Amino acid sequence: MKARWMLNVLAVLVVAVLAAGCGGESKEEASSGGEAPQGEIILGVPGAHSGDLASYGLPTVNAAELVVEKINAEGGVLGRTVRVVAQDDECKPEKATNAATKLLSEGVHVVLGHICSGATKAALPIYTETRIVCMSPSATNPPLTQSGDYPNFFRTIAADDAQARLGVDFAKQLGLKSIAVIHDKGDYGKGFATFARDFVEADPELSVALFEGVTPGAVDYSAVVQKIKNSGAEGVIFGGYHPEASKIVSQMRKKDLDIPFISDDGVKDDTFIKVAGEYAEGVYASGPRDFSSNPLYHVALEAHKAKFGTDPGAFYYEAYSAALALLNAIEKAGSTDYDAVVNALRTEDVDTPVGKIKFDAKGDAEGVGFSMYQVQDGQYVELK
Amino acid sequence: MGRPDWSQGAGGGPFPGIYFKRVGTMDYFLELFFGGLTRGSIYALIALGYTMVYGIIELINFAHGEIYMIGAFTGLIVAGVLGTLGFPMLGILFVALACAVIWSAAYGYTVEKIAYKPLRNAPRLSPLISAIGMSIFLQNYVLLAQTSDFLPFPKLTPDFAFMEPLRSFVSTSELFIIGSTLLVCVALTLFIKYTRLGKAMRATAQNRKMAMLVGVKVDKVISATFVIGSALAAVGGVLIASHIGQINFYFGFIAGVKAFTAAVLGGIGSVPGAMLGGLILGWTEAFATGYVSSDYEDVFAFALLVLILIFRPEGILGKDSTQKV
Repeated sequence: MKARWMLNVLAVLVVAVLAAGCGGESKEEASSGGEAPQGEIILGVPGAHSGDLASYGLPTVNAAELVVEKINAEGGVLGRTVRVVAQDDECKPEKATNAATKLLSEGVHVVLGHICSGATKAALPIYTETRIVCMSPSATNPPLTQSGDYPNFFRTIAADDAQARLGVDFAKQLGLKSIAVIHDKGDYGKGFATFARDFVEADPELSVALFEGVTPGAVDYSAVVQKIKNSGAEGVIFGGYHPEASKIVSQMRKKDLDIPFISDDGVKDDTFIKVAGEYAEGVYASGPRDFSSNPLYHVALEAHKAKFGTDPGAFYYEAYSAALALLNAIEKAGSTDYDAVVNALRTEDVDTPVGKIKFDAKGDAEGVGFSMYQVQDGQYVELK
Repeated sequence: MGRPDWSQGAGGGPFPGIYFKRVGTMDYFLELFFGGLTRGSIYALIALGYTMVYGIIELINFAHGEIYMIGAFTGLIVAGVLGTLGFPMLGILFVALACAVIWSAAYGYTVEKIAYKPLRNAPRLSPLISAIGMSIFLQNYVLLAQTSDFLPFPKLTPDFAFMEPLRSFVSTSELFIIGSTLLVCVALTLFIKYTRLGKAMRATAQNRKMAMLVGVKVDKVISATFVIGSALAAVGGVLIASHIGQINFYFGFIAGVKAFTAAVLGGIGSVPGAMLGGLILGWTEAFATGYVSSDYEDVFAFALLVLILIFRPEGILGKDSTQKV
């Protein structure tokens, strides 16, 4: 009998050592036990915490813990303490539904996740059915918000088509009516251009003069430039990277085609200015909004450095902002009631590292994402 | 926010009514015609090197595109140095061309000695693989020795005032490319026809063993072919880089593939064939872009190649194995 008791002690010790040995997992083990005590608010954080894509998911867990730690130290939300419950989905849709179900059985109040678009899409119906607010820092697939199927879904990152939206809106603002949409036939460039074309077509005041792909690396683009010229386009929206953009812009300017050239993040690169030289002047390109001047950005950065000793990883600021937005909404709503929280998310501004945000009717954060930049005197300048 | 400077330029900017659809007009046709001519000349200039080497040793020298790229890099370095010293533009152009020609010729010579000569009597597939290996090696060598970034290439061709009214059709740098291609083509044809070395080349092309028996120094002739082919590639590299305005280590690859296509189209081994093949390819691409869609530019170009090869397997001007260079 005594030997058996010793064995049990040994087993417990081994488990404890193992758990301590692998920090990432111990967190989940430690936090995922039992029913939520009355009064606690549970913040579910599902995402890729192991596997190939763990580097996308773990920074979100860090962000959630830092925000919760800070808020609990300040007295919690509505006087209740907040607890983080992490669930691993490895970015796999089939595991994401499991993770969601587990979170529900833990009595989760709001969800910060998932990380990957595919996993998010798989898990969302579960949250929608049970009326749980779900906010992702990283799922950029446009239909997640735009389809309107998931009124409980929000995100603090811009959707994949946000750049195209910005480009088209900007072209309209410049007074352009007829637009040539050109791309480099690649996934990124063609994806951007296809969104841009659809937005232009959807707007009754705008029309697509031309929609064409060019071959990357071709020796010259004079034929396509002539075609743009003859299409009567008043502006060009280009989807692709800077090598093609600089060739096309140079040839346009050499052929006296002095119409606005609007492009994407692949062109918002200093190499573009270096290579295209004088021809780069006046070119517009969208790029991620610069929020490094925001004081909260530095608060989040310093908190991470102080606790983990490293610079934060992918989607950390988006996750930090999402956690703040969720907890702020509960505070403003005065309860964890679904309708009240959703209403607060849509109406109450909250200061976050990515700026002062609230959410539109579809669930996208207003004021995050991309800005338009223009080359002025050999530099990209953000246009406000 | 202010309007962009560009929209207020000579083109008229976004004011309605300035632009009108001219598809089907003569002007549009001519613009495409000259665009295709430039592109075709670029292909032809590179294709000459492929066709000469093939004519003489029946080897497709896949490293040719890389020699062209190395020529452009040499031109860039020389032009950069001379530019800071304040040389006049045409002076820079000629010095850069000369240096690029010498340097590329040295590369061509060395590549032949290292990668092809030891395989002279090997099965035909071996030097072909060796050529592909050389191509990959040179690309990565430049990638490591220089940079993976795109580098701006200075404009080396002055704008002639008399070209101004023709600007929307053909620019000075395009005129330089078209002119050089024509010049090189004529000079090469005369060289092969009337000089001793040219005669030796033709002899080697016809029958290497026989040429050797009558006293032609075949190895020297082959080296000379590589040197001339590489020099032409270097001329093309500098002029084209100056026209496009940017280069990187991958610059020679697509141009090389297209030029090779042009050489096959025109009849590989034939000098006028390379010129013709280049022009046909350039025009096909330009008109396909202009009248159909640039998405289908390559589809048309290669469909044409397939068609021509079905009806004339030796290419438009190719002759089966009797007279190749």
